[in-house]
Amino acid sequence: MNWYGIKAIYIHEMERFRRTLFQSLASPIITTSLYFVVFGSAIGSRITEIDGINYGSYIVPGMIMLTILTQSISNASFAFYFPRFTNTIYEILAAPLSSFEIVLGFVGAAASKSLIIGCVIILTANFFVDVRIDHPLLMMFFLILTSITFALFGFIIGMYAEGFEGLQIIPILIITPLVFLGGSFYSINMLPEFWQKISLLNPVLYLISGFRYSFYEVSDVSLFTSTLTILTILIGCIIFITYTFSKGYRIKD
Amino acid sequence: MKNILEINSLTKFYKNSVKALENINLNIKEGEIFALLGPNGAGKSTLINSICGIVNFNTGTIKINNMDIVKNYRTTRKITGIVPQELNLESFETVWNNVNYSRGLFGKKPDYNYIEKLLKQLSLWDKKDNKIKELSGGMKRRVLIAKALSHQPKLLFLDEPTASVDVELRKDMWDVVKQLNEDGVTIILTTHYIEEAEELSDRVAVINDGKIILVDEKDKLIKKLGEKTIKIELFEPIKKINGNLSKYNFTLDQTNKIISHTYNLNSNTTDITELLNDVKKDGYEIKDINTEQSSLEEIFIKLIKENNNELVRN
Repeated sequence: MNWYGIKAIYIHEMERFRRTLFQSLASPIITTSLYFVVFGSAIGSRITEIDGINYGSYIVPGMIMLTILTQSISNASFAFYFPRFTNTIYEILAAPLSSFEIVLGFVGAAASKSLIIGCVIILTANFFVDVRIDHPLLMMFFLILTSITFALFGFIIGMYAEGFEGLQIIPILIITPLVFLGGSFYSINMLPEFWQKISLLNPVLYLISGFRYSFYEVSDVSLFTSTLTILTILIGCIIFITYTFSKGYRIKD
Repeated sequence: MKNILEINSLTKFYKNSVKALENINLNIKEGEIFALLGPNGAGKSTLINSICGIVNFNTGTIKINNMDIVKNYRTTRKITGIVPQELNLESFETVWNNVNYSRGLFGKKPDYNYIEKLLKQLSLWDKKDNKIKELSGGMKRRVLIAKALSHQPKLLFLDEPTASVDVELRKDMWDVVKQLNEDGVTIILTTHYIEEAEELSDRVAVINDGKIILVDEKDKLIKKLGEKTIKIELFEPIKKINGNLSKYNFTLDQTNKIISHTYNLNSNTTDITELLNDVKKDGYEIKDINTEQSSLEEIFIKLIKENNNELVRN
């Protein structure tokens, strides 16, 4: 293993995060605060509780998931697309690094950034509502696994994107709607039966549900299904990246 | 001297089936400076990128230090460095971070003393904390060289190292290249500037349309393919070409005082002795004699022209 190489990519990416620390943290903090004002206070005054949990507290795991998903994707996709855009990718390709090591460096950094932001959001949420974490280890398991999985997904976008607009299309058109419709701010039990069934087709629902279980022991679907879903997405991303890298697609043509 | 790089039957097609390299066979000796010449789109950069692992190739083998670059990519890449043609750098990073990052990528433990020495050698030390965007084009080119040397490679590829740099800086770069070579680094450079190949290289290859059409020692190449021109300056102008001089196919300058006669070094006879005798016989006094040898550039243009004509015929 080229540990120095992995470390170089990781530190290089984290350094970028450090340089833009204020923007990186300010944006999720402000967004979270706004969600609390809009959803927590405005809607929360009408919906006091869901599954016995105060509405403001109930939406915390969903908000964290929303941020983790979007941040992991955007961090990883930008991190890998940027050297492609500036052509500095030549150096990574010419270095004695395996595709696994390259992915580890980029995805590790993107996932770390998301984890830091996730922790900041939990702290921010504490200013607005009481946040209880019944299963901290399970919470960390979902947080880490989701960060890694969606950083891998972002890495794929970074490999395929043709321009900066391409980096935004999937997060805006697919991921954000899936998160909003995946029970971030409500329980699917509140929906009519038809829409409950439709919601079950949304993989993000399982992630949010599992994550919420680690906080309050309430969930829309079983913990096993949630874990299986995140692991399936993770393995799917790994297989896709391995295949793409082995063919050198878009990078080594 | 042993070969540090061996390329056998290398072929590369782009995705749209466009042929980029065709049956390339090339050996590079350890310690030499090798120049790869060719017009735009000839395949110079593709060849270098294939060797360095930046692009995939279709068939053939490439060995560095007798090791296959695909099977033993870790070992072979550790001793290889590349300076790309474009100024591909991260603008917001400092010189210091950029160079140390490259060393890390190539699996080397941090060595700040070596990086300091390297930056001093390339006159970059006082710019180490500057961001790349604050540097001039020439300085950026030096940073690229520093990055390529950060892991102490044995084989260095310079893809158009002095493209778009001024004459003074170009000479500085040449000194850097010569120094590196003296330090034991084998150098392969591609260039548009024939003057550069002439100044630096031990051997030269000419590549055109994805094929290597010639590999030879630079001096031999100049000798083998080169034409020479003898310029005979007279005290008095030639009024009319007749008598003994009428049998020669020479040219006269505007003053009719300088005779230019071109001959090939490879031909059995050069007519020079006879020409000089005939000038004297026709009553002209010689003021000065000068010879000029064809440059690598003229040879290169001639070779490419011949090769292109051959391609059209086929």
